[in-house]
Amino acid sequence: MTEFAIRTENLTRSFGTVQAVDKLTVEVPSGIIFGFLGPNGAGKTTTIHLLLGLLEPTDGQAKVLGFDTQTQADEIRQRTGVLLEHSGLYERLSAEDNLEFYGRIWHLPPPTRKSRTKELLDHLCLWERRKETVWTWSRGMKQKLAVARALLHRPSLVFLDEPTAGLDPVAATSLRRDLAVLSSREGVTVFLTTHNLAEAEQLCHQVGVIREGKLVAVGCPNELWARNDAPRVEIAGHGFSEKLLVLLRDRPEVTATDVQDSRLLIDLRGDVSIAPLISLIVGSGASVEEIHRDEADLEEFFLTLMEAEN
Amino acid sequence: MISDVGTVMWKEWRELLIQRGSLRGGALGLLVVVAVFSIVLPLQIGSHWVESPMVLFFAGWVPFVSTAHVVADSFAGERERHTLETLLASRLSNQAILFGKVCTAVSYGWGLTLLILLLGLVTVNLVHGRGELLLYQGIIGLGSIALSLLGAGLAASAGVLISLRASTVRQAQQTLSIAAWLLPIILGYGGRALPVEWRAHLVEAITASGMTGIVFVVIATLIVLDIGLLAVAMARFQRARLILD
Repeated sequence: MTEFAIRTENLTRSFGTVQAVDKLTVEVPSGIIFGFLGPNGAGKTTTIHLLLGLLEPTDGQAKVLGFDTQTQADEIRQRTGVLLEHSGLYERLSAEDNLEFYGRIWHLPPPTRKSRTKELLDHLCLWERRKETVWTWSRGMKQKLAVARALLHRPSLVFLDEPTAGLDPVAATSLRRDLAVLSSREGVTVFLTTHNLAEAEQLCHQVGVIREGKLVAVGCPNELWARNDAPRVEIAGHGFSEKLLVLLRDRPEVTATDVQDSRLLIDLRGDVSIAPLISLIVGSGASVEEIHRDEADLEEFFLTLMEAEN
Repeated sequence: MISDVGTVMWKEWRELLIQRGSLRGGALGLLVVVAVFSIVLPLQIGSHWVESPMVLFFAGWVPFVSTAHVVADSFAGERERHTLETLLASRLSNQAILFGKVCTAVSYGWGLTLLILLLGLVTVNLVHGRGELLLYQGIIGLGSIALSLLGAGLAASAGVLISLRASTVRQAQQTLSIAAWLLPIILGYGGRALPVEWRAHLVEAITASGMTGIVFVVIATLIVLDIGLLAVAMARFQRARLILD
């Protein structure tokens, strides 16, 4: 297995004047779940198409599992599984027939096809309903079946394009749980696109954030949060004068202050003690009723990135 | 590659049987076609059925129409039902997907025509046999088998070509119908556009060659058309274009 499952260098794809993917350089280590985060139209799906060799890049290059996407796309598709924007299931066929078809495509011997189908459908609680035609199923069940299809031939790398999009919270949570268990059990690298930040935070070892085709951040969710970490203290109370705000801004641990609806907001420089600041506030004659230290999260980080780019 | 073609055919046939197996899905229409061409017409024509040139015409026309009906769904249907992208992302080669679709359509149209020819023979023997086994005459029998295969091939190649670019099955069916109507018109006007002497020579040559000659000319023309259309379909089968369509 190569060290990096995916490696791109200045990967670019334009459609007319629109740069769908713009000089994307990223490395995805083998064996992890990599979350590709971005709003709708950011270039996530186009990136997957480029990595699968389904689209030619306008510029740059990419290697997937050590194979060049432009000259060895067949080798890549041989070793990957996909769940794209649509589940891609044949809804007139039964769940079993859908897996049978893809098992044949990947030349799995009949006994392996049968045992693997049972193993995956059992795990996803779909075995009892395998004979039913897929169109009678809920969207959540279809997505689970599509995940089973993507993993059927034990690929080294799986592309999942917004797997929980359109699912209700219960189905999405269930699918996320299954994805986490299956990916760790199968030891597969997962490239997952999503605009659901909770999903990325919960599932992914690493995330990349893309906006208008450009990669704007990449790293472990916690690292990214720490990098962007500007801890904020929110103090509810009265008497926050302009003089107090000036005094606070002069403190080395404070980067910014603001007052909104009887709440004093203080942006801090790193993880510092706020006791001296509270003493200063109380000493200035202001009354303090409640103190809340914000926990910045991926969502806040994501929004900051999107706003920064705007 | 052959096993991959077989895999695509397995899936196509599975869907075809589910879709056409119900009365609403076209089973009734199919039964009517089979009844007309294998019972009603042989009964009307009688024992001459086995030597009638009409059999050759039906053997070319029935597979063309039945194949065209099925093949319109090949790519346009996958696109309409959002299964094409996943299929293209699989390890299947372009040729395996294309030939799998073409072979399914041809096997459907050709198989149906052979069944009709066989049932027609049974009908004629049962009603007009009088203890004697009636068989299709040489050129009628062999010509029918070849023409039905090539007729199905023509519809399949043209249909796949159209279905590759159509966004819906309905659009593919409509384009294919227009093409089916335009072809004889173009051939007719094309023939009239030829200089008078050429036309005279052509008619003379056809008359002189007789039934066998005509059948061979039609077969040769169909082979050229089938191969040409299939080559164009292969050239136009590009994963990137299909994804962007």
